[in-house]
Amino acid sequence: MTTQTVLAAAGQVSGGEQVTFWILAPLALIGAIGMVWARNAVHSALWLVLTMLCLGVFYVLQAGPFIGMVQIIVYTGAIMMLFLFVLMLVGRDASDSLIETLRGQRVAAVVLGLGFAGLVGSGLYRALEGVQAAGLDQANAEGNVQGIARLLFTKYVFAFELTSALLITAAVGAMVLAHVERRKEDRMDQVATMKARFRPGNYPGPKPGPGVFATSSSVATPARLPDGRLTDRSIPEIMPVRELTAEETTLKGTEK
Amino acid sequence: MNLYLAAQDPTLADFGKDPWWLVLGKIVFAFVFGLLATLLGVWFERRVVGRMAVRPGPNQVGPFGLLQTLADGLKMAFKEDILPRAADKVVFFFAPTISVICAVTALSVVPFGPKVSIFGHWTPLQVTDVSVAVLVILACSSMGIYGIVLGGWASGSTYPLLGGLRSSAQMISYEVAMGLSIVAVFMTAGTMSTSGIVAAQGDATQLTIAGQQIPAPGWYAILLLPSFVIFFIAMVGETNRAPFDLPEAESELVAGFMTEYSSLKFALFMLSEYVSMVTMSAVTTTLFLGGWRAPWPITLWAGANSGWWPMLWFFGKVIALVFVFVWLRGTLPRLRYDQFMRFGWKVLLPINLVWILVLSGLRSIEDWQTKDRLLWTAVGAGVLLLATLFWPSRKKAPKPPLQEQVNSRPHGSFPLPPMDLQVPPSPRTKRVVAEREPANVVAGSESGEV
Repeated sequence: MTTQTVLAAAGQVSGGEQVTFWILAPLALIGAIGMVWARNAVHSALWLVLTMLCLGVFYVLQAGPFIGMVQIIVYTGAIMMLFLFVLMLVGRDASDSLIETLRGQRVAAVVLGLGFAGLVGSGLYRALEGVQAAGLDQANAEGNVQGIARLLFTKYVFAFELTSALLITAAVGAMVLAHVERRKEDRMDQVATMKARFRPGNYPGPKPGPGVFATSSSVATPARLPDGRLTDRSIPEIMPVRELTAEETTLKGTEK
Repeated sequence: MNLYLAAQDPTLADFGKDPWWLVLGKIVFAFVFGLLATLLGVWFERRVVGRMAVRPGPNQVGPFGLLQTLADGLKMAFKEDILPRAADKVVFFFAPTISVICAVTALSVVPFGPKVSIFGHWTPLQVTDVSVAVLVILACSSMGIYGIVLGGWASGSTYPLLGGLRSSAQMISYEVAMGLSIVAVFMTAGTMSTSGIVAAQGDATQLTIAGQQIPAPGWYAILLLPSFVIFFIAMVGETNRAPFDLPEAESELVAGFMTEYSSLKFALFMLSEYVSMVTMSAVTTTLFLGGWRAPWPITLWAGANSGWWPMLWFFGKVIALVFVFVWLRGTLPRLRYDQFMRFGWKVLLPINLVWILVLSGLRSIEDWQTKDRLLWTAVGAGVLLLATLFWPSRKKAPKPPLQEQVNSRPHGSFPLPPMDLQVPPSPRTKRVVAEREPANVVAGSESGEV
């Protein structure tokens, strides 16, 4: 079904495409509105995931299966997952508070947003003015993936490399910010850690429980170390240390 | 014979021509395959792990315990469904379904066999295929993780949250390694459609080494061995299976992301884990193990790759891979979290990048003379590497005897029991040993039963 739909979509709008569009377009809009309106940050992210999924299907419908799948894998799969990761690190009750900390920031945001949209829109309009569309049939002549690859690595290779350089700069910047410089002698490897753990004076194991290797299971009886010495670390400080007598440790005759 | 084989091989143009009932039948088949694989997979895993631990495993319900999973599933359905008070109700409800849906959807682009005739329709044994089918599988596996992450977040308690957090970090790091190892397959096959990749593995390439024609095996597991190994490791990480099951590490996080889940929702998580294990095995079979094509000794029989037979080879390969999953679980201890992340980013990723570079370099060499020389250099380097790896090392100086080692420890070291320690009997245990009858009673005597 999919192949045929995709191939047909290159020419004219088919029935299946229309049905899919009218189902998914409202969903995408609901996702976008929900993303802005949701109080909870994670809910907001989930609404955005819905919108992005719908967009991915739209790309597939419009004869761009590669870009559609990449949209789902990269944006919903990886980037939104990173968002969720950060949100979960911050804490689950990070709901929006409606108190404005900066005076008048909403008005400023609305004005700036409208201005940015106007700039982008007019820029797009002027760039596309008088452009004759070649049509998807021609663009997908040697296959969708191959067509994108040819354009990406010939005509737009400079823009592509520039974008990747920008992203790498951002990644390196984040790494520099998060990096903690540690001197080489401060760093302990596994062997050094183990040696430090078994150094004389350091007890390597967990604190022994009271009564371990002892003659009774009383809380007041200190545990014995493997070589037979008593250890005071095993009993609460408030308790007096005492050893039970042989009489106290013999069977009480209550067992069958 | 080549013509005959070519007629069996489905291409992209063969899809989308089935009547609706055939499409429905294929979808139901893929779905039922996923469910049945879970039912049998849980049983298989418990039996195999049982054998590895020298115990029988489930053997009471049905023949060989085959119905054990069914009984467990029924039991789970009748259990109380608990919704924690702190849970985010909607997300808590939807999380397991997301996991299951994504795991099953990936099966739709897996080729089960070549073209066969079903009620007079000549159709490929695959629900559908698109030009970017492998990307569909990747998308499904990355969306499936959402179920785990959201389930962990929505539970509203600490351990599930930690499990979800781990899962999201794990998915981001291992998906990169996985995607990069598929790149080598794309480069070699020249297509992203699953049926195309299976077809590309069918024709053995002819290598010309020193003027002799040597047929190289067509399976990408052999041609692209590094990619195959990295893909398999990343896949185990992606499906949250041991030794990479950090999101549900019992010893650290109780049950991780599914701690708060009960009843059918828990069953759905269980289902999605096993379905995705089987799906991923099927994907590995398709990408690297020749898909439904018969392995070598069977291919001597001319009809091995036609009709319904290939389904048998396909299922055989899938079961073998599932066995490897179980084997790993029975053998390897769980990794520590930082080791796991370091392994993904500092080992798998760089090796993959270098391998892709080498592969594309090899592919871009058109000159056969140079390629020949390069191949020989590579073989020589490989032999040298193996020789240095397995060269017997010099004998170490003998260690001093144990008592000397103990005596030479500085004062205040970790206390050791004396070498000739005799543990005295506890005063609390009754002296039953001496009074008991000897165990090896003569067979057939009256006191045969204990």
